[in-house]
Amino acid sequence: MTDRIPAGFHPFVIPFLVGMGFVLLYCLYGFIRIMCQLSHKDRRKFFLSFLNPKILWKDIKDIFLNCLIHVKLWKRNKLLGFMHSSIAFGWFMLIVLGHLEVICFLPGRLRTFYYPIFFNFFVAEDNATIGGQVFFFLMDFFLALVLCGIILAIIKRVHSLIFGMRRTTRLSLLDRVGLYSLWAIFPLRLLAEGFTAHISGGSFLTIPLNWIARAFLGNELNMVPTWWAYSIALCVFMCVLPFTRYMHIPAEMLLIPMRNAGLKIKHARKGYAKVMVYSCPSCGVCIDACPMSVKKANTRDTTVYLNRQIRRGNEKRIEEISDKCLLCGKCSELCQIGIEAPKIRIAQRARRKYGLNQNYSNISVGPLAEKAFGHNVEAKPGKVLYFAGCMTQLTPRISQAMESVLQKAGVEYSYMDKDGGLCCGRPMLMAGRPDQARQIIDKNTGIIRSSGCDTLLLSCPICYKIFKEKYHLEGIRVVHHSEFIKELVDQRRLSVRFGKDVIVYHDPCELGRGSGIYEQPRELLAALGTLVEAEKTGKESICCGGSLGSLTLGFAQREDLTKNALRNLTVNLPSKIATACPLCLASFSRYSDRPVEDIAEIVDQRSTKVD
Amino acid sequence: MAMNFGFKLCPSSALNLDKIDTSLYDKLVEMEPDARICMACGSCSATCTASQFSGMSVRKVLLDIQRGKEKEAAAMLRNCMLCGKCTMVCPRGINTRHLILSLCRIYDNKEEQK
Repeated sequence: MTDRIPAGFHPFVIPFLVGMGFVLLYCLYGFIRIMCQLSHKDRRKFFLSFLNPKILWKDIKDIFLNCLIHVKLWKRNKLLGFMHSSIAFGWFMLIVLGHLEVICFLPGRLRTFYYPIFFNFFVAEDNATIGGQVFFFLMDFFLALVLCGIILAIIKRVHSLIFGMRRTTRLSLLDRVGLYSLWAIFPLRLLAEGFTAHISGGSFLTIPLNWIARAFLGNELNMVPTWWAYSIALCVFMCVLPFTRYMHIPAEMLLIPMRNAGLKIKHARKGYAKVMVYSCPSCGVCIDACPMSVKKANTRDTTVYLNRQIRRGNEKRIEEISDKCLLCGKCSELCQIGIEAPKIRIAQRARRKYGLNQNYSNISVGPLAEKAFGHNVEAKPGKVLYFAGCMTQLTPRISQAMESVLQKAGVEYSYMDKDGGLCCGRPMLMAGRPDQARQIIDKNTGIIRSSGCDTLLLSCPICYKIFKEKYHLEGIRVVHHSEFIKELVDQRRLSVRFGKDVIVYHDPCELGRGSGIYEQPRELLAALGTLVEAEKTGKESICCGGSLGSLTLGFAQREDLTKNALRNLTVNLPSKIATACPLCLASFSRYSDRPVEDIAEIVDQRSTKVD
Repeated sequence: MAMNFGFKLCPSSALNLDKIDTSLYDKLVEMEPDARICMACGSCSATCTASQFSGMSVRKVLLDIQRGKEKEAAAMLRNCMLCGKCTMVCPRGINTRHLILSLCRIYDNKEEQK
């Protein structure tokens, strides 16, 4: 290969250089800003993480698998995965191979920056290009791969359902400009390389194109304009990139090391959260995932639009979207990037200032503990403390069943909030008031510590999650009743009998996605009746609509969500709906056409004392 | 000079409706029109987690701020834990949790700034 143009320059590279320079400067500026927004400790943690070979290896692996191959998308839908990885990985390989070509044939031109991109314009094939053939083939192969991806992307715009998506994101104007320029880049590259293939060489794609082009057009006048068009398409794409969803490409490369370094969201708009928001590719998986999307008007309040509004700084909409969410966590569970949208929303809620702040200093722990446990409490191994929680007190059938089960199994227990106790603090936390929640947590910790028990048994997943995550209860085991009863049955302290019920189990958000308990309740129910599954289940289970996470959703607006969740549960015609959350029980009971029962109630009906 | 008669006179709890300041209630109604549909049934009072500590109840809070008794309402609100039971039992479907949050927002925060 030799230089075709001695100067090694042509004016058509200028648009590309402008675009590239702009993107690099913008990313550098963004990186410095994000770093300044991080706290000193987080920044240290972030940079130190690169010195740890284990984390560094994980960074590289995650970036390769997630940004280039899109493994998570493959798992979701093969076609969707192929579309994304063919574009991302194909483009990446075109850039890498372009550089390799320059290194191999014209190493002196490497510092020109644009040579690897426009290599075929600047070189002429000579007789000694047998090594070049391999490159030509690979270049054409990856270009064909990218073009396949582009064709699929165009089809997806029209028929998203074959990619497993019922609804897709409505793109903003700039997103469209970015999208169309991205689509234009690769066909233009193919044309440009096709027009020059008789000079610079080519392979199975470019050479035939060159024959056709020369047979019909017969001159070389088209060469330079197509290279100009290719360069301009690149320029347009890169100039709009920072203001479109394509910002996710550089942002995700920063997000992955930050996540692996163990950073947490501290501010809804700064630092880590900001990188997360910019990493959103607006794919719209969260739109179908969101339980609120049953009503079309609510699709505008899904995570993808929250991210967009945060980028735009539209305060009114940000507040609206943040307050409306049920915090069921399904969007972040399905998110390909791992955007922790519920946490961003809570952080956003925490930014609000209140004229009146809750204060619980008037509540003293001593009398409450005395009321619950009496005087002279002895610490005893194996003693269980039962905390029903607010919602269970509203559905006393659960706590009654639970007490009956505990008595049957001969478990020694104390009842912490029989005559009313404090809230667990999670609703306060979800409303974005961590300081107030902390006060409640401290009070509760005091009561639990004075009970002398070493197991804390909970009936409500909302409580369970916060007791597990935010309380400092070293030495005390926190357990949800579905796990606990399962253990009682396994240890043969309680004998259960199989019945003729056909039961479907609803995964409560806070127990399933929130705490990762999917199997224990199912195993327990399988011993009590025939277990069938819902249409969407496990990680994809649909929120009952009663969640305390939403601040603004009113009673009437929740009706559709509950009915949709019920429809999902009853596809396999169960005779009974089982759940493990008092809030789900209350919401479902309101609209269900068949009995809804807590897992503890079903066990209570079908269990006997072991003699 | 105070004389001990063995009993005390209570300050009058009579309200002069012409003189009370209901600006807080008016503001609340503007933000939460649902505040007006409360029929004071007391379901929220019966279920409230905080009622055993500060006598909290959405019904009473609404009544108090309608009568301009902001301080009494604030004392009750301070122990609310946002557990949401009042919202679940409200027969009128009022989103009481959001109502409480809105009320806390618009409270004059002179006291807090001290």
